[in-house]
Amino acid sequence: MSTSRVVNGVNVASHYRDEKHQYASNKEGIWLFMVTEILMFGGLFVGYIIYHSMYPELFAEGASFLDWRLGFINTLVLIFSSLTMALGIYYNQISQPKKATWALAITLICAATFMVIKYFEYTHKFHIGIFPGAMLNLETLKEHGYNIQHPNLGLYFGFYFCMSGLHGIHVLIGMGLIAWVMIKNMKREFNANYYTPVEGVGIFWHIVDLIWIFLFPLLYLVG
Amino acid sequence: MGHASGKNYINEEPGLLSWFTSLDHKRIAILYFVSIMFFFLVGGIMALLLRLELFAVNSAPNVGNILKNGDVYNQVLTYHGAVMVFMVIVPGIPAILGNFFLPLQIGAKDVAFPRLNLASWYIFMLGAALAVITFFVAKVDTGWTFYTPYSIRTGGAVVMMVVAAFIMGMSSIVTGLNFIVTVHKLRAPGMSMFRIPLFTWAIYSTAIIQVLATPVLGITLLLLAMERTFGVGIFDPKLGGDPVLFQHFFWFYSHPAVYIMILPAMGVISELITTYSKKTIFGYTAIAFSSIGIAAVSFFVWGHHMFVSGQSEIAGIVFSFLTMLVGVPTAIKMFNWLATLYKGSIEFTAPMLYALGFLFLFAIGGVTGIMLAVTAIDVHFHDTYFVVAHFHYVMVGGTLMAIMGGFFHWFPKMFGKMYSEVGARWSWVFIFIGFNVTFFPQFILGAKGMPRRYFDYVPEYETLNRVSTVGSWLITIGFLIGLYVIVQGLRKGKQAPDNPWGSKTLEWQTSSPPIMHNFDHDPVVTAGPYEYK
Ligand code: HEM
Ligand SMILES: [Cu+2]
Repeated sequence: MSTSRVVNGVNVASHYRDEKHQYASNKEGIWLFMVTEILMFGGLFVGYIIYHSMYPELFAEGASFLDWRLGFINTLVLIFSSLTMALGIYYNQISQPKKATWALAITLICAATFMVIKYFEYTHKFHIGIFPGAMLNLETLKEHGYNIQHPNLGLYFGFYFCMSGLHGIHVLIGMGLIAWVMIKNMKREFNANYYTPVEGVGIFWHIVDLIWIFLFPLLYLVG
Repeated sequence: MGHASGKNYINEEPGLLSWFTSLDHKRIAILYFVSIMFFFLVGGIMALLLRLELFAVNSAPNVGNILKNGDVYNQVLTYHGAVMVFMVIVPGIPAILGNFFLPLQIGAKDVAFPRLNLASWYIFMLGAALAVITFFVAKVDTGWTFYTPYSIRTGGAVVMMVVAAFIMGMSSIVTGLNFIVTVHKLRAPGMSMFRIPLFTWAIYSTAIIQVLATPVLGITLLLLAMERTFGVGIFDPKLGGDPVLFQHFFWFYSHPAVYIMILPAMGVISELITTYSKKTIFGYTAIAFSSIGIAAVSFFVWGHHMFVSGQSEIAGIVFSFLTMLVGVPTAIKMFNWLATLYKGSIEFTAPMLYALGFLFLFAIGGVTGIMLAVTAIDVHFHDTYFVVAHFHYVMVGGTLMAIMGGFFHWFPKMFGKMYSEVGARWSWVFIFIGFNVTFFPQFILGAKGMPRRYFDYVPEYETLNRVSTVGSWLITIGFLIGLYVIVQGLRKGKQAPDNPWGSKTLEWQTSSPPIMHNFDHDPVVTAGPYEYK
């Protein structure tokens, strides 16, 4: 069943009473989806906490390889992008699509910045021989002047790459989604009555940022 | 009777192709029905092969040497388990009967997100296809539980299989999410939460578990895939990782998942018992809340799968008690059903027979579950055929019985045709008797110490194994009769009236089969769902 009709200038599927009913339902769906995202990362966080309590020194040594300044810049970048994302929604709510497009474009640039910084972090690690788990290369590390205390250091980087990697994939998906709503925005598909996709993408983006706000101290600071 | 114009969801849009693009929840239910029936056939054939192998001690000539060696046996065992769990029992009732009847029962025109609903079927099929492909590429032999460290070291396309399970999990999440929003937002005027039929309550509780538990399975399976591909070390003792953590993660999902398998069945049983005893259900609120209660407790009992995996003694004791707690809401349901039957005008139709079969078999499955929850007993029974018998009594004796009963009950509504009552009863006779012949001996075998997941055994176990294998043939006959009844009903069945059983729930108020938008006039609800007498 797919028929829809126009209520208050909005396409409303026929199983909804009106555009408000549809909006509330969509929003609940998006929030539930976010719950599943948080639970999925939750598994990783639990694993991290367990191993951290088992091997605190190993984790401290692992964290010492991360540059907290880069992580901090990325945190600021993402927090700022959350603000511009919120603006992107707000300008749609008050029917100012041009400004909304700009806000979304800046959000996209922030996300890209985040990924570029992550790219440099990753490649630098690969360069000095840091890989997840068993692939950690002690020889290469030694060549670069690092004498490792814990030969199992790969365990920490197993977590590091899984957690930041899964988060990075979410940033990439987020970029795709932001670009999608930005294009729709440029085509003037949204207005004060209808902006559900922007808000949905916004909620997703805030959650992605929020997860990073937990990842940053866990990976970079709690050494 | 049908709709005035003769239009219904089946003939509204012509052409086979239109089924694959339809957003109608009823059509999507039928898509699921056909695919899950097929997977059930596949899983069933595997089961028959396993039982055939176990028919005789391997040294016996000719018979009982089907799967030639233990490796092949383990592979077939893995596919039997994985197919039955991930592709039949987990999606079964929610995706088929839930999809079809949840919107109807609450007076909605569709689920909240029809497009997502169709997508969930495609996602499911993608995962299923991947799983089936592994069978032809490189067979997996880990068992459906994928325990580390074995699953890291063994050959076979484990990563692909795990990704397949992950994808099917996504489909399950999406379905659950869709149902939750549907129940919250799309109820007809007057349909308060406490006028929702109990089937819908059960699907709703299940949906909550699907949404909350499945993501944890997702991350567990992803980590396992990472472990195999990159050796990240999280489950690998060589790097200081812990293989038992995998078990914790796995059962944190998979115990709640056993309620994903059974709660919908309980919902079906509530509908059947009240309809066929023509009596208001006893303790509506108690049944509804016990579903939520079971869902809640189910998250805190996973350790009962790990009594002998080296968890601490304290943990064992706590998990033991928590597990027994599950018995309370479960028993509440049992007693409410029995109280409903009491002094009802019981009609022994085929669906009712299946429901009574459920009560009997599920009681055995549940009570043996409580036995296994006693750590002193479990140390002896763990990984024996006693466990195999226990979970088959709940999964087959419980869920599959409910699927069959529910399917016959709603058959006239779904297809607008009547099935042969006599045939359906015969299918029940064979399945019910066959089931007990197959699985009851396994309790005894387990108590005598026969381990599970072995392709051969000592001669002392032979007689009971023979009995069990013969039972599996009886079950097969039962399902074949069931299939015949369905096909005959579809081809030649009499036209079904709108409400052949005199049920009170909303889905029976519309035409059989329902029209595209479910109801001619948007229903307004003024009474509870079971006001018989
Ligand atoms: C009354 C509620 C139940 C209780 C108290 C209970 C208890 C248990 C216990 C203690 C075990 C662990 C046995 C062992 O591994 O040694 C177990 C295993 C199992 N149970 Fe239940 N159970 C209950 C209901 C169910 C239901 C409803 C299902 C499925 C529909 C189910 C499916 C399973 C499965 C599949 C296993 C074996 C898993 C495996 O090792 O592969 N159980 N149960
Ligand atoms: Cu369990």
